[in-house]
Amino acid sequence: MTGTNPGITPAASGVAPGMHTAADAEFHAAETHTATGGLVKSVVALDRVVIRLAGDSGDGMQLTGNRFTSETAAFGNDLKTLPNFPAEIRAPTGTLPGVSSFQLHFADHGVMTPGDAPDVLVVMNPAALKANLMDLPGGGLLIADSDEFTPRNLAKVGYASNPLEDGSLEGWQLVSVPLTSMTTEALKDSGLGKKEAERSKNMFTLGLLSWMYHRPTEGTIRFLERQFRRKPLIAAANIAAFRAGYNYGDTTEAFAVSYEIKPAPMAPGRYRNISGNQALSLGLVAAGQLSGLPVFLGAYPITPASDILHELSKHKALGVRTFQAEDEIAGIGAALGASFGGALGITTTSGPGVALKAETIGLAVMTELPLVIVDVQRGGPSTGLPTKTEQSDLLQALYGRNGEAPVPVIAPRSPGDCFDAAVEAARIALTYRTPVILLSDGYLANGAEPWAVPAQADLPDLRPVFATEPNGEDGEFLPYLRDPETLARAWAVPGTAGLQHRIGGLEKADRTGNISYDADNHDFMVRTRQAKIDGIAASLPATEVDDPDGDARVAVIGWGSTYGPIGAACRRIRASGRSIAQVHLRHLNPLPADLGEILARYDRVVCPEMNLGQLAMVLRAKYLVDVHSHTQVRGLPFRAAELAAVLQDVIDGTPAGTTHETADRTDTTILDTPAPTGAAL
Amino acid sequence: MTAIEHTSPHVHDLGMPGNPISAAIAESVEASGEKNATLKAKDLKTDQEVRWCPGCGDYVILNAVQSFLPSLGIAREDMVIVSGIGCSSRFPYYMNTYGMHSIHGRAPAIATGLAASRPDLSVWVVTGDGDALSIGGNHLIHTLRRNVNLTILLFNNRIYGLTKGQYSPTSEVGKVTKSTPMGSIDAPFNPVSLALGADATFVGRAMDSDRKGLTDVLRQAAEHQGTSLVEIYQNCNIFNDGAFELLKDPTTGPMWTIPLVHGEPLVFGPGGASCVVRDDFGGLRIAETNQVDASQIVVHDAHREDPSYAFALSRLSSQDLRYSPMGVFRSVAKPTYDRMMTDQLEDAAAQSSATLDDLLAGNDSWTVSS
Repeated sequence: MTGTNPGITPAASGVAPGMHTAADAEFHAAETHTATGGLVKSVVALDRVVIRLAGDSGDGMQLTGNRFTSETAAFGNDLKTLPNFPAEIRAPTGTLPGVSSFQLHFADHGVMTPGDAPDVLVVMNPAALKANLMDLPGGGLLIADSDEFTPRNLAKVGYASNPLEDGSLEGWQLVSVPLTSMTTEALKDSGLGKKEAERSKNMFTLGLLSWMYHRPTEGTIRFLERQFRRKPLIAAANIAAFRAGYNYGDTTEAFAVSYEIKPAPMAPGRYRNISGNQALSLGLVAAGQLSGLPVFLGAYPITPASDILHELSKHKALGVRTFQAEDEIAGIGAALGASFGGALGITTTSGPGVALKAETIGLAVMTELPLVIVDVQRGGPSTGLPTKTEQSDLLQALYGRNGEAPVPVIAPRSPGDCFDAAVEAARIALTYRTPVILLSDGYLANGAEPWAVPAQADLPDLRPVFATEPNGEDGEFLPYLRDPETLARAWAVPGTAGLQHRIGGLEKADRTGNISYDADNHDFMVRTRQAKIDGIAASLPATEVDDPDGDARVAVIGWGSTYGPIGAACRRIRASGRSIAQVHLRHLNPLPADLGEILARYDRVVCPEMNLGQLAMVLRAKYLVDVHSHTQVRGLPFRAAELAAVLQDVIDGTPAGTTHETADRTDTTILDTPAPTGAAL
Repeated sequence: MTAIEHTSPHVHDLGMPGNPISAAIAESVEASGEKNATLKAKDLKTDQEVRWCPGCGDYVILNAVQSFLPSLGIAREDMVIVSGIGCSSRFPYYMNTYGMHSIHGRAPAIATGLAASRPDLSVWVVTGDGDALSIGGNHLIHTLRRNVNLTILLFNNRIYGLTKGQYSPTSEVGKVTKSTPMGSIDAPFNPVSLALGADATFVGRAMDSDRKGLTDVLRQAAEHQGTSLVEIYQNCNIFNDGAFELLKDPTTGPMWTIPLVHGEPLVFGPGGASCVVRDDFGGLRIAETNQVDASQIVVHDAHREDPSYAFALSRLSSQDLRYSPMGVFRSVAKPTYDRMMTDQLEDAAAQSSATLDDLLAGNDSWTVSS
């Protein structure tokens, strides 16, 4: 899978851009030479690069990564990012638990993942080296801040000798740069003390990388001015460090090569860089505007969902009310209370919060009020891995309530898609008067990509019709009289004269909504609530099947954030001359009406998930299809190469249980149930 | 001392500045026709059969509420009653207003969302000692500290009735119940002390059978801007009959009840024999009126900003109910949560004319041309 790239000539210093493990894209490199200040500098054209920045939690790696991403997005490359950080805010400095990293994949063509492995690794200390080196393929470019490789820091992570000097890194293209001392030197007249000046080393590094990859710099300078407008000294120091890093690259002999990655072709339109949590927040604000209802968010802080609360709290001017509740239960309770009053009630959380909200979701099912529950999934069970990604809340979302309590469940597939998923969640909630669970995850939440900015005029009209008059034959108001098509009940908001009514968690009599313990009524109401949710499938578009060759015998089906890695794996499969069909689900409940028929078309169906096979279980149960479940729960997204190997094995008919290179980290279960393959009921 | 202005909690200014409920809601409300704020008690009754046990104190409270509410001049469609779970929480079904019978302990949270997003409504919470103080204790204290515009009626019968007789968080130590055959070893909450500890802006206490006293406290609670908590001693004649007999009995009642009247000296008991004076540690104590100088007798001041005085009042009574102050302990003016939330929305709107399209585009967008 790996190999050296013949198109690149290592420069005098021995620096090469690293190697590509990608089989999903053709690799082009061309070299030109320019003279700068008497130095001969070459410019190498690349089609894609994966960079990983790693440092201490306090080193500002996430900020550096985000700034580099913004520069890259503004430049016009396509990109995907993968922030990866510990749950601790500041683990002890220089230790392995404190390492924080940010990976960015950018290219002159469309990319689907943040990259399996970095081509370039920047490490700010020995801990960052130790925690990340195993991911850097041999020959990759390794930039290290030599100032931080002190005996004390080396000892903290168990290095007996300095790897920058002992020859142990010979297999990589190592460039040791005294990033910290060059930063303090550049800032010696800034008026800052040494400690304070050192904190700008991330901006020095960003400047260096900006030079290396020909990134525009104006955006970062504007950002620093804006960010520190009340601290002009700090702003000036960061800008000076950023410029010093850039100029260092331009003049040093240590870096003789810089790289050019041309903008990616994109459909005409307006774009911005956006993370999943940002896109989700904007989708919720948009849903409020599109429905004409005030948005009311009741939420309790929880990683990795809190950024949605932060973002929504900024949009009061658009009528968004945010309520930071005393706990998860109050968050959803207040949202439901607001929905009762005619607002678009929303609560945002992660898996542990959904567990606490379950009873109120049940009340929303019973009272048939619109409500959007956002679950930004993280590693579980219990507190689990708060900052890592996982898809293990699917069954909780589908079934985690007492009684027969069906709830629509939807999932976005990419950071930008979180916007559309939020609008869709609101559409279902308002149209069908039901709670809806939106399953995002940590990877989508913090990952970023360029996003085509939609216009309000192109978004759907979500305005609901409130009841304003009695709807009963005798002039009474029947709150549980249903729309014959959607089965949605009449929604009258308090304040509406003559329509006073009481709702609650006790079983309702059909039509009147009065308390009823009648056996037949209960049976009818349980089935009616189920039928209402099942009926949502009628409003869904036909399922897209991506099978460009049209002759695939194997289909791969996924949901949520695995879309990118599965898509990248499919590219590899197709590049190898094989055919595969990709189906990716937005709606997990109800499942699309045509899904059973689609799955039945294929000899084999593979379902990769970041859990232990939750969707696979549902598909097997619902369609009697012998789904092959491929699972991984490492807190990180799938690697495209690994997935491609799994898919290839299935396509080539490799027997079950084959040991993959990564067998210690993943699990492919090919269940040998004698169910007829492809049969659907 | 803080002067308090009593204003009607209900102002009809739908869609007007200062009451920014959404146009969609305002239109719907207006489309339903003229509001009728002239009600009689019977207008608040529903066609649902009341299903409390015969003789339950809840009947008396329901009647008192239905009789007094029309005097507030609020249309019934503008009233919402939210309850939790328990005997008392069936209350909304019997009131011809909007209502939600929600889940155990969560009514204050649900009502908070409703009141914060609909400041035009009169929102009430009906709860019990188990619902409010045990499973929902967290929501209660946080609602009180936020001062959301709600009126909370806490029916305290010192027992779990709907689950058939277990001890509650207000049951006295030693109480023998189904779950405490050897007597309860839990120290009980004093709901008034708890509410004052959370800096509640309005705290009152009344007896279910005392129509006049109950109505008087309820009226003040309803007129209060912010969260009002009214503890109502309510007899459960099935599982805890006679729990408040000491205070209800015409002979013993006056001995142990301290009526709270703002501006009046705290003198009580047959012939005014007892009174409340300050003790040496900043608290209060009971004294014999003829043993102290008149100037030493505390004059009740419900409007004191500092809750310590009201708290000291609440500590005069013990778990056996002797020396129970009844009436309004505290009533102070503070900005309400919903008002402040509305103000922030209005300020934000005044400072920004950004549209959704502006928001979606953000600060750092770029254009790809064909």
